[in-house]
Amino acid sequence: MHLPDFNYYQPETLQEACEILGRYGAKAKVLAGGTDLLPKMKQDVLAPEALVSLKMVSGMSDIEKVPGRGVVIGAKTSPNDLVNSSVLHENFMSVSEAAHSMANNQVRNMGTIAGNIVNAIPSADLPPILIALSATVTLVGPVGSRTLVLEDFITGVSRTAIAPDEIMEEVVIPEQSTTGSAYFKFGLRHSGALAVVGVAAAVTMQGSLVRDVRIVLGAVAPTPMRAKKAEEILRGKNVTDDLIAEAGKSAAVECKPISDIRASEEYRRDMVRVFTKRALRKAIYLEQSES
Amino acid sequence: MQGVKDKNGVMRYVISLIVNGDYLTVTVKGNTLLVDLLRQQLNLTGTKRGCKLGNCGSCTVLLDGKAVSSCLVLAVEADGREITTIEGVAQSEKLDKLQESFIDNAAIQCGYCTSGMILSAKALLTKNPHPTETEVRTAIAGNLCRCTGYVNIVKAILAAAEA
Repeated sequence: MHLPDFNYYQPETLQEACEILGRYGAKAKVLAGGTDLLPKMKQDVLAPEALVSLKMVSGMSDIEKVPGRGVVIGAKTSPNDLVNSSVLHENFMSVSEAAHSMANNQVRNMGTIAGNIVNAIPSADLPPILIALSATVTLVGPVGSRTLVLEDFITGVSRTAIAPDEIMEEVVIPEQSTTGSAYFKFGLRHSGALAVVGVAAAVTMQGSLVRDVRIVLGAVAPTPMRAKKAEEILRGKNVTDDLIAEAGKSAAVECKPISDIRASEEYRRDMVRVFTKRALRKAIYLEQSES
Repeated sequence: MQGVKDKNGVMRYVISLIVNGDYLTVTVKGNTLLVDLLRQQLNLTGTKRGCKLGNCGSCTVLLDGKAVSSCLVLAVEADGREITTIEGVAQSEKLDKLQESFIDNAAIQCGYCTSGMILSAKALLTKNPHPTETEVRTAIAGNLCRCTGYVNIVKAILAAAEA
């Protein structure tokens, strides 16, 4: 299993990095953590002519609460940075928990939040909870930057809205009244396992009234998907166990899972039903215990 | 970091890094992996190659104190950074308490996973000197022991933490 040859670049600014990417078009890849890219190259899934390393590009590795913007997470932040971030612990523990459910400790030290998003595999653990929290991503290109809602950014299996000469700079979880959020993952092992099903929920409550709710399902469709009908069942209603159960059933109908080596379609649907209920209960509990 | 074309037109990069406390300057190709730099150029064969895909943990080393899979790190990316391999865990002739503990608790069977296990454990104990059993198991979850000797490995790490 040999790593094929490539031209290696180590630019010091994003602008310079975008220029190099622009020269190569789709034939270059950005190298940050390398935990997805290098295995794909070793297995001949990808054969880029050039790798553009972000190692010497400064910044992009902090997690900060910025007034008026929300929690700003640099694109090079590793999953373990998310696991250990006090800013996330105070505001969105669910993101730390989702990061902790990923891969293994070594990969969590090396990988990046941007890599987990731009690789766009359906079972990725960070996108569901980030979409539930209405996160946006900022992309830098040769002629400036643009910000997209993460929900619209992932467009298919391994497909996103990023252009070949763009680089993700940051992920922002906007300021919001939502304080209760949760991510539940089912994998075949505790560690080193892709999600068979992942369910994220975020709620805004007023007493027992559900003012707003977002439910996002992972690994059961080509992209992370909102369970919009399930959300509708709860939005504007006083929450009851029956309504939560109904939302779970709706999510199980809405999702579009496949049968594969890890689980059957039927099994995934039933797990979506159960995990939607659990994620909602936990998110509601957390929201109510904070206010 | 300086790049030079060799006589066959292949780019070589001159990198400087600290390996087990030694400042080294070496020349590597763009596609040289850190594990191969360590094993083949520096003859530090205590670091093992296993799955080569970041799943098995046998190539675990510490990069600036953090456990990483050296099969997924380009050698050029290690420029300016500090690496600890299993050869750098003992203080000259004196074994680290983790190494002693692995011996005392019979935590070594075939030995292939041991280097990676000890480095993952080392990173854990540096950050968290008194871990729970769950924290130990989480820390070594990326290190596979195909002799399945996990019980004694966990015991050895917990004993080293108490020592």
